[in-house]
Amino acid sequence: MIELLASHHTYVAAMLLVVIGVYGVIASPNFVKKIVALNVFQVGIFLFFISSGYIVDGVPPVAGHGSETLVSPLPHVLILTAIVVGVSLTAVGLALIVRIYAEYGTLDEDVVREVAE
Amino acid sequence: MTDALVLLVGMPIFAAILPIAGGIMWNGLGRYVAIAATLVQVTLAGIVLNSVLTNGSFSYEVGGYMPPFGIELVGDGISAPLLVLIALVTLGVVVYSLHAGPHSDAFYSELLLLLAGLSGLVATGDVFNLYVFLEITGLATYALVASGRSPKAAYASLKYLIVGTIGASFYLLGVGYLFVATGTLNMADLAAKIPAVGYDSPLIVTAFAFIAVGLAVKVALFPLHTWQPDAYAESPHSVSAYIAALVSTAAAYGLFRIVYEVFTVEFLEAVPLARDAFLAFAGVSIIVGAVLAVVQTDLKRMLAYSSVSHFGLVVAGFAIANETALTGGLIHLVGHGIMKGGLFLAVGVFATTAGARRVEEFDGLANRLPLLSGLFAILAFSMVGVPPAIGFPGKWNIVVGAVEAGEWAIAAIVVGSTLLTLGYFGRIVERMYFADPQPSETEQATIVADGEGGLEPSSLMVAVVVVAVVGAVGLGIGVSELVGTYEPVLEVYF
Repeated sequence: MIELLASHHTYVAAMLLVVIGVYGVIASPNFVKKIVALNVFQVGIFLFFISSGYIVDGVPPVAGHGSETLVSPLPHVLILTAIVVGVSLTAVGLALIVRIYAEYGTLDEDVVREVAE
Repeated sequence: MTDALVLLVGMPIFAAILPIAGGIMWNGLGRYVAIAATLVQVTLAGIVLNSVLTNGSFSYEVGGYMPPFGIELVGDGISAPLLVLIALVTLGVVVYSLHAGPHSDAFYSELLLLLAGLSGLVATGDVFNLYVFLEITGLATYALVASGRSPKAAYASLKYLIVGTIGASFYLLGVGYLFVATGTLNMADLAAKIPAVGYDSPLIVTAFAFIAVGLAVKVALFPLHTWQPDAYAESPHSVSAYIAALVSTAAAYGLFRIVYEVFTVEFLEAVPLARDAFLAFAGVSIIVGAVLAVVQTDLKRMLAYSSVSHFGLVVAGFAIANETALTGGLIHLVGHGIMKGGLFLAVGVFATTAGARRVEEFDGLANRLPLLSGLFAILAFSMVGVPPAIGFPGKWNIVVGAVEAGEWAIAAIVVGSTLLTLGYFGRIVERMYFADPQPSETEQATIVADGEGGLEPSSLMVAVVVVAVVGAVGLGIGVSELVGTYEPVLEVYF
């Protein structure tokens, strides 16, 4: 068990980030903090992919880097795409928050919900 | 021929740039670009469907990299009709929006981007590519929902963004589990490699759970539907019709592809818990969605909850997992898109001409708007499942499939939900035809309060609703054609 934790601690960290992120989205009434928590949540998933693509003493599958243990570059490429998606989502989210703030004058979800209904 | 498939995704993305870029110099360019692009899209989708009907399924390797290493786009008997549906609904909504608005160039850019996302979502044969298209669809939808003028629209959109992102991220996490287990992302290749890992391996079951829950958020099954009524009710009429007709439909199709193409029926048999949970989820969604629809007073909200119920039906068809029920689910997927899109468009015309959006405002409307009321009634009864319209064959096949599989509870729920559907549509139709018209004072007051209404019915907008009704009834009569295109694909799964 201890050995597993020592070699796979990044997976534990990834799942902790995922859970903390979801908790933040649910628990915080502040819209900006919700978006921050959403980012933490996504970073947890990114870390999961990156960890799966890491091998101790592995080398990239490029000529001239040796040929003992090759690492699949695919997870890293996928996460590069996912980061771009995450950035666009954050941008759209923040733009919406700017508009909500202009309309309601607050960032507190409970207040907005009360006014909206 | 196969190039048409990749152009279905690439062309709208390119066209989406034009309204914004050209809008700097020529204001109002967006509508012309949108009409041209959707006409091209309809032609391309027609070419894909024609090719599938004559030569069977085909695939396109993006960038010339061979699958399973490269990304693959697949045109088959199920994706091709959906691609045609997406192209036609987009054309209809663009024509409708010429009069109904929003008129900004940004709206047309977002619409074309959404068109690209939906087409990609349906055509892709790669699970990570599906995630990217899911997020493109999501981003465009959030922007479209927020294009409503009311302050509530921004709040509804942000809520959708947060819930939708968590759903899509769960999907991504599930894809990660699958990738760790098998080392591939191509759907066909995954189906070949998952048995070697073992269907009941914790990694595979967890991957299924994450993917199913993530996509269920996008489909808006109860209890993951919370974003959906606000998003549908607060967006402009053209937008709610578009997203109600297609966004959940494409996500449900994604769910179907993942379950049957990647996990296959053998997985559902090997892990009965997954199938039972799926079925329970769908059953609860059917009932609760319909009950919530009955108690709504705002018509767009009622239609939104009706979607929760009807996507429960579609997913029930998938979960029963025999050929009859699956055919029924897929028919209802297409049929629901046409009917619900048409209903939202009709409600949009009611709201802009008579100011009617709440149930009690529909009293006696049939005298003022006889044609539109008739169209609304046909679509409403089609949703209930009255033959010969398209609502009937879908439900019928799902019920027959449920009985064949011995799932009596689901069969009873589906039949019972038909009564509830009649309950919430029947009261509207009854008010339109048999209630006395409201006194004109209150009517004037509502028009002022809602800030809409009082316009003459636009013949262009009504014409689009007529086309939706013709589509719903025509497809219902010619449903055997649709089943004929599904059959070669479904035979492989069972």
